[in-house]
Amino acid sequence: MSTEIKHHLTDDLLMAYAAGTLPEAFDLMVATHLSLCDHCRARAESFEAVGGCVLQEQDGTANMSDGSLAATMALIAKGAPIAKPVRAGCSVLPAPLQDYVGGDVNSIKWRSIGMGVKQAILPTTSEATARLLFIPAGAAVPDHSHNGMELTMVLQGAFSDEVDHFARGDVEIADEDLHHMPTADFSEDCICLAVTDAPLKFTKMMPRLFQPFLRI
Amino acid sequence: MFTEIDTVTLDDPAADRPALKPWREKTRTRGKSVNSANGNRETRTEWVSHVRRIRDAQDQAAFAELFQHFAPRIKAFLIKSGSDAALAEECAQEVMATLWHKAHMFDPTRATVATWVFTIARNKRIDVLRKQRRPEPEDLGWGPEAEPEQDDVVALQQETAQLRDAMAALPAAQRELIEKAYFGDLSHREIASQTGLPLGTIKSRIRLALDRLRHAMN
Ligand SMILES: [Zn+2]
Repeated sequence: MSTEIKHHLTDDLLMAYAAGTLPEAFDLMVATHLSLCDHCRARAESFEAVGGCVLQEQDGTANMSDGSLAATMALIAKGAPIAKPVRAGCSVLPAPLQDYVGGDVNSIKWRSIGMGVKQAILPTTSEATARLLFIPAGAAVPDHSHNGMELTMVLQGAFSDEVDHFARGDVEIADEDLHHMPTADFSEDCICLAVTDAPLKFTKMMPRLFQPFLRI
Repeated sequence: MFTEIDTVTLDDPAADRPALKPWREKTRTRGKSVNSANGNRETRTEWVSHVRRIRDAQDQAAFAELFQHFAPRIKAFLIKSGSDAALAEECAQEVMATLWHKAHMFDPTRATVATWVFTIARNKRIDVLRKQRRPEPEDLGWGPEAEPEQDDVVALQQETAQLRDAMAALPAAQRELIEKAYFGDLSHREIASQTGLPLGTIKSRIRLALDRLRHAMN
């Protein structure tokens, strides 16, 4: 399942995901990648083992109040919260993304950003932005650079840029120094999940003026 | 004047804090730790059977023992993460209730009970303290042969015990850095995995468990 993935997440990201300290948009990126990549899932779960040790071995515990066990048994007696329906695998969008889109690719509400490129911003907290990008086969995303970190993961098709070639499951990690122009392969339209922790700076085709409006 | 104001401000935040009791008095000494004795390792593997007793028989006595051990740790973890004592108490109860309801989901070939409890407490913190959703990876669930190999269970528990010992043996400053990262106090950029912890063996073990799950699903 994950044998073909070449570009993985960093230890920094996996540890922060395990610790639960990332902005929601980055959590979404990590959860989506882990759904496709058992290599990174095992790394993330070993960072959770560190969290287990921290919980277990921390200096000092806090006394529970009297009657807390009985109160918890009463909570349990109320019954389990309704479990989410089991989500089917093997679709274009892995399960965590489907939760944000409300379905698979057909449910994405695309908005054109020009030159055939479309995007859909996903509802997360505002510290970072997650969006789906649609790049027609053979087309390029306008040349842009970043103020902060940008992670781009391929969900369908593939793209190439100055760095390498990226296919389903591969994550490109770009910092503010990378000035790149991803171009979709000719064989298929490319769909990506892109997460940024600061607004992108488009260097051409997209006047800076429109950036707040488009929320890129 | 200044002295008076200082006294007031210093006292104030401490007033809300519950008494934190030291859970062990002894100093950490390499290789001589009471907690790394064999007896204690067995106790830790025993939590696995506690969870099974809850899953299979809704065993309240097993739950009470788990509660006594973990609830005060969850509460302390949440307080260190910035919660006040009352909210931490409430959340610790909810985390323990979740443990009961999700006992059938626990996979001892991929996590110790402490690790599993940590993930539930972490998600509660994200939900309640940070007020954000927590996207989780696609659930692999259990294959048709749900009961894992006992050898795999023991191996994972032992490797995690080695990790625990390695963490205890770290210089205090490094250990504090890791703790702060997991309490949510610190950005991770500078921490990562430069502590030389034995995560590789655990990673391989979990990888094996994942491969088996994938295989069982097909
Ligand atoms: Zn990966």
